[in-house]
Amino acid sequence: MQYAILCYHDEKVTCAWSKEEDDAVMAKLGVVMEKLTKQGKLGPVARLLPTTAATTLRKDREPPLVVDGPFAETKEQLLGFYIVDCKNLDEALEITRELGAANPGGAYEIRPVGVFFDAPKVAS
Amino acid sequence: MSDTSWIGSVIAAARPQAVAALLRYFRNLDTAEEAFQEASLRALKAWQKNGPPRDAAAWLIMVARNAGIDSVRKTSKQDPLPPEDLISDLSDVETATVEQLDAADYRDDILRLLFICCHPELPATQQIALALRIVSGLSVKQIARAFLVTEVAMEQRITRAKGRVASAHVPFESPSAADRAERVAAVAAMIYLVFNEGYTTNVADHGAKAPLCEEAIRLARLLLGLYPTEPEIMGLTALLLLQHARAAARFDADGSVVLLEDQDRTRWNAKQIAEGLALIDKAVRHRRPGPYQVQAAIAAIHARAKAFRETDWSEIDLLYGTLERMQPSPVVSLNRAVAVAKARGPAAALDMIEPLAAKLGSYFYFHGARGAFLQELGRKDEARVAFDRAIALANTPAEAAHIRMQIDRLQTPGAREAS
Repeated sequence: MQYAILCYHDEKVTCAWSKEEDDAVMAKLGVVMEKLTKQGKLGPVARLLPTTAATTLRKDREPPLVVDGPFAETKEQLLGFYIVDCKNLDEALEITRELGAANPGGAYEIRPVGVFFDAPKVAS
Repeated sequence: MSDTSWIGSVIAAARPQAVAALLRYFRNLDTAEEAFQEASLRALKAWQKNGPPRDAAAWLIMVARNAGIDSVRKTSKQDPLPPEDLISDLSDVETATVEQLDAADYRDDILRLLFICCHPELPATQQIALALRIVSGLSVKQIARAFLVTEVAMEQRITRAKGRVASAHVPFESPSAADRAERVAAVAAMIYLVFNEGYTTNVADHGAKAPLCEEAIRLARLLLGLYPTEPEIMGLTALLLLQHARAAARFDADGSVVLLEDQDRTRWNAKQIAEGLALIDKAVRHRRPGPYQVQAAIAAIHARAKAFRETDWSEIDLLYGTLERMQPSPVVSLNRAVAVAKARGPAAALDMIEPLAAKLGSYFYFHGARGAFLQELGRKDEARVAFDRAIALANTPAEAAHIRMQIDRLQTPGAREAS
């Protein structure tokens, strides 16, 4: 079984970390990740940019509405995610609209990926 | 990180929100600050024992309010204080604060706090010092170090600034939409000043000033969090991130300045560049360009270039043209000329800056740039005169050293290609 491990923290706190503190946390996580990679258990890992960089497509209305900022509602649940490689936000939005047309309702939050680590192989 | 340093991070993150709410409550900057200080001390003890509260800002606001009221009572009536345990052992104190604080309140509180720091009567240096002390919570010692003055002098500067702000009667009711827009613009300008104070630096003090850039980015993110749909705030945040991303490459091992063309681009901070580029992308979609967005777009072109020779100078030329129309200034024109020299050749650049001589005659960078254009055109004697002029006008040893390097190149023809 594959599991997604979703990371939550107060970004005001993580953004208040100094570069050294941030590096220290990443180094400690790196040790764990290396072990998991060797065991063939680690899939892709993404560190997302802060929510100030997010854009949201509300697709619970017609036409869907693009708003700046993260998806902040609490009545919906996180059900899945895509990673797409685009030249800019416009292209990412275009793809998002296409997905939205196929599956209306709810919202998509589009968040740029800051750091992406693609582990060699996951046994599935 | 040590065992308790997480508490410091949590307190630092909650500070703007908490101090801003306390200012509204006490209507006095000193009382608000002292109360927050007291609450932070109690947090160090209580959180170490009980773990962090669910909502740190709310905890700090509630404890600080109680502490502030106590200290006001203590000084006025000499009443005995309630036992310490009653105040600091509030395990779920934040539930009680939900009543008076909603998101809109927070937003206006923080904006007010930032706005107070950039009161028009305060000179730029006082605005920066006040923002760093009050909003960012840097110590007077840290700020004094960044400004290269003594702690006593900085303490006086901050006290004077607070005095002026206190007598200026900043209104506490919610601002109108027009007032709010004006405040946001003033705060953005102040954040830009904080960054420039940290960025414009010379060899000797770049270590002391570096935290200012970090603080400016934090403040810009804070403002953007409050106004997530403002393209100019996205532009400002992007501009600061893209400039600061080059920090590690700007100085060599001896602490000397490394010019953009000579920087090791692998040392640029990829994460900050990614965030800056993402924010410009977002801003551009609004089709409401402004000076911060244009400057960020210029910084983005440098950030995207894998090597100096891959820089898209024509695009930079165009963007500076846009900036000239938005914010006409001889300095912007001079910067444009540097791009023109790369895109269309030094003769075009020289033609462009000659009319600026009257306004920029005492600006070292004008003579430096002019010397570089003349040098490229092979007019060596004129170039040397211009460089000599630049050295005489240089503000810092680093600036003078940079020009001397150019003269060096003049004297060793063929040693290095004109760039």
